Amino acid sequence: MKLTKALNRSLWAFHFNSGSCNGCDIEIVATLTPRYDLERFGVKLVGSPRHADVLLVTGPVTSQMADRLRRVYAQMPGPKVAMVIGTCGLSGGIFSTSYNLAGPVDQIIPVDVYVPGCAPRPEAIIQGVVTVIAKLERLEVGERND
Amino acid sequence: MSVFFAALGGTILLASFAIGFGLLLTGIDRRVAARMQARVGPPLLQPFTDVRKLFAKQNIIPANAIPWLFNAMPIIALASSIAILLYLPFGSFAPVLGAFGDVILVLYLLIIPSLALVLGGFASGSPYATVGAQREMVSMIAYELPLAVTVISIAWRLHAAHVAEPFSMLTLMQTPVWDVVGPLGSTALLILLVVMAWVTPGELSKIPFDSPEAETELAGGILAEYSGRNLGLFALAQAVKTVAVAAFGIILLLPWNLSPFLGLTMVAAGIADLVFFALKVLFVVSISVTVVRMMMARFRITQVVGLYWLVLGGLGALAIFLLMADTSYVPGMI
Ligand code: SF4
Repeated sequence: MKLTKALNRSLWAFHFNSGSCNGCDIEIVATLTPRYDLERFGVKLVGSPRHADVLLVTGPVTSQMADRLRRVYAQMPGPKVAMVIGTCGLSGGIFSTSYNLAGPVDQIIPVDVYVPGCAPRPEAIIQGVVTVIAKLERLEVGERND
Repeated sequence: MSVFFAALGGTILLASFAIGFGLLLTGIDRRVAARMQARVGPPLLQPFTDVRKLFAKQNIIPANAIPWLFNAMPIIALASSIAILLYLPFGSFAPVLGAFGDVILVLYLLIIPSLALVLGGFASGSPYATVGAQREMVSMIAYELPLAVTVISIAWRLHAAHVAEPFSMLTLMQTPVWDVVGPLGSTALLILLVVMAWVTPGELSKIPFDSPEAETELAGGILAEYSGRNLGLFALAQAVKTVAVAAFGIILLLPWNLSPFLGLTMVAAGIADLVFFALKVLFVVSISVTVVRMMMARFRITQVVGLYWLVLGGLGALAIFLLMADTSYVPGMI
């Protein structure tokens, strides 16, 4: 279980909707369209958390979804990264006063990168991916130093 | 003893060549597909990066799985895909183990990587993988019929033309069946070419025949529970199998070598033929995999069976009749 250069150049993402309004999900799909073409950097959307390196979480985590989110995160093989997309996942957003809220996301699983916005533009999501890569590179250098 | 070492050396050489070439083919496929969608696409060596990453990742064995079966199947899939290559001639190079098996053996060997996938799917103890494994079995049964029809009718036509050992892979490569037949037979062979072009994506579980791995509805299906090194081994097996399946189709229906046309001999001929063969593999993969997968959506599993048995099976039967008629007019030109 090592951080490698190969990981930074081949981030496979699994998309998890923890109760979002679907706005953020559509922006994720927009990020994968030919206009932005994240596959240039090896980013690919995969169908199973077992194949994934990055967990994209959208939405504020309803109490029904909290346990599922925990389990999906546990199912991913390490090293893994969790990325929250949308204000909802950061703070609850417009759902923050809801009776049915278990999170924001970082109450449930450890989060590495936050992308704010309601909904964030594809450019912001790409900025988030770049932040993930930068973080992994920093960690990789740290790992080599110890 | 020397035979043993020759076989061992040949295996290692072929395995490394096939893994490298297969991964490169996957990269080219992804790149071309991206260009067809007006995208830039991933770097050509992206599959190498992916596999390297998978080998560095954690390898999870689910609590529900049968561990030894779950872990053994990726290795068997890779080993059996490499084993197919030992029986295939590449360009003017004779097969490493050509003396020990013919086209019927290759037909059986082609099933084993898929069978390993199926067993691995069942062993992972996940409902998604189980459904995927069942679909994979159904599609195996489906594409086997047109594939067998193609192989048998070509070998039978060579036999009717009094070619010695029509079932040997080397004979198929050295005696293009097109040289034997008359006009009716050529029509039949064109039909068989269409059949093979549809069998190829089926064998490789590519769109439109990827219902066993359906990412959208089955979460990766048969591979849903595989991660890390095991998934990487399956990716390598798939790369090798891509080369093997394309090469098999080429040996059956597009077997010409370049050197007789250029009048080359010895080493130059070997290299020219190998490069030409690799280009033919690239051509087959681009047409049968890339273009088809960009044009079409996924078939339901019932449609897969209908297509392979009724449409392509029917075309195969038509081809057999044409070849039989051809034999009575042109018994053979060799
Ligand atoms: S952040 Fe906005 S767009 Fe995204 S899920 Fe929440 S409400 Fe919807």
